[in-house]
Amino acid sequence: MKKLVLATSALALSASMAMAMDVVRMGTEGAYPPWNFINDSGEVDGFERELGDELCKRAELTCEWVTNEWDSIIPNLVSGNYDVIIAGMSITDERDEVIDFTNNYTQPDPTLYVALSMDADVEKGIIATQTGTIQAAHIAESDATLVEFATPEETVAAVRNGEADAVFADASFLEAIAAEDDSLMVLEQQVLLGGGVGMGVRESDAELKATFNTAIDSMKADGSLNALITKWEIGSTFE
Amino acid sequence: MFSYCTDPSALEGLTWLSCYLTTGKHAGFYISFGTVLLLLAITAPTALAFGFAGATAARSRIWPVKWFGKTYIAIVRGVPDIAFFLFFVIALDQMFEWARHQIKCPDWDEPIRQGNDFVVCQAAKLPLGEAPQWVHETYGFFLAVLTFAIVFGAFAANVLFGAMRAVPHGQLETAEAYGMSRRQTFWRILVPQMWVYALPGLSNLWMVLIKATPLLFLLGVEDIVYWARELGGTKLSRFTEYPHGDWRMWYFLVLLVFYLCFTKVSELFIERLMVKLTHGQATTGGETQRKAAV
Repeated sequence: MKKLVLATSALALSASMAMAMDVVRMGTEGAYPPWNFINDSGEVDGFERELGDELCKRAELTCEWVTNEWDSIIPNLVSGNYDVIIAGMSITDERDEVIDFTNNYTQPDPTLYVALSMDADVEKGIIATQTGTIQAAHIAESDATLVEFATPEETVAAVRNGEADAVFADASFLEAIAAEDDSLMVLEQQVLLGGGVGMGVRESDAELKATFNTAIDSMKADGSLNALITKWEIGSTFE
Repeated sequence: MFSYCTDPSALEGLTWLSCYLTTGKHAGFYISFGTVLLLLAITAPTALAFGFAGATAARSRIWPVKWFGKTYIAIVRGVPDIAFFLFFVIALDQMFEWARHQIKCPDWDEPIRQGNDFVVCQAAKLPLGEAPQWVHETYGFFLAVLTFAIVFGAFAANVLFGAMRAVPHGQLETAEAYGMSRRQTFWRILVPQMWVYALPGLSNLWMVLIKATPLLFLLGVEDIVYWARELGGTKLSRFTEYPHGDWRMWYFLVLLVFYLCFTKVSELFIERLMVKLTHGQATTGGETQRKAAV
């Protein structure tokens, strides 16, 4: 009898372990439309929500969505609170030392300045960016003065209230905002930063990385990824 | 929610507002008020228990216990709250997972720390990877309560330690003269009398605790400040049915009113409690009450 109980509990344990492998927790920021945001019904929505759900379907995984502040999004991945970062995170060498990236699912996104007037000084002026982004790193190396904010929302607010001369962020994010606000203008300067956007996974999670790479490649191959990029106006499509 | 909300862009004024304020997203905001109140309701007694244990330990005659109590009070009071909140969530979580890992997966041969990664076997994950989202949230909430209790418990311990010493020594000597043991003196004489000395300090702590709840978001719990920031931010018509500008000021105004009302109610309650506790005590307050009653 005792053996039977042991055997069944071992069975149950291995079954639950197999099941556990199939649930993948997707960590995102939920404050960066059109990439990821919280919609009216309070759920994660946007380009990456649709992309992530499709990838999980193709990889036959069950995915759960979690939001986390941008600031601590990498530490929480590393300590295992979720399994994937899917938050418009560009692939850079610095981040690659801490976590691993899947293949990129967007091209390098052109980065823009948005300001209150067309003659804002972006060379030596005060530029607002979000903390810990490639844009912040880029401005820090230039002659301009960098002011950093925790959320994308605050970077734009800083320009509106005159705290910064311009905000420096992804074209897809800024163009959507400038289109609905007449006082904000998109400057002509464009910079190409980073190696495209990919999903972040733990370095020890090679298996998950390979699974998602296969799914991303299959979406690239059948054109469904390009369709999503066009739908959400994310930037240039893959050839 | 209402039947006329199907096309919000056609609505105006109060009807628009009634639709806007009843979206699923706003429900999250309203629920978060409950989360904060629940956190306070659980944390306050837990922190008080931690404080009582800490103060008792610090008064102990057994030196390791005394040493433990004093160290707890000194260390936690000396470190900034925010450092503790960031440290405890990760440290407590990893400690629990490490302990479960040792028990559940004894034949795991890979190292737990692989570079930056903290890797335990799937069965040791807390909560389990396949657990539904609400379990993860409850677990985060539990970590938050524990962290708040540890931090505020240290302050409460210091207040109670002081209050225990404020009880007139004559009371304790009299108890001893009546032949009470140390334990009896503690529970029957010291503890009932110390609250009146502890209350001003504890009420301060309660007020600070109420205002410290926004630290919850550091612990991954979506609290009222998170939702106010999220809902108040500029919303573009491409991504929502209810576009609006930067309304964060109004949302924060609501929070301001909430916190002010809440602290006011607390103050009234604490005043009443003070009157009650003073009754029959050998303090000037108790004496005044006795004379007024005559």
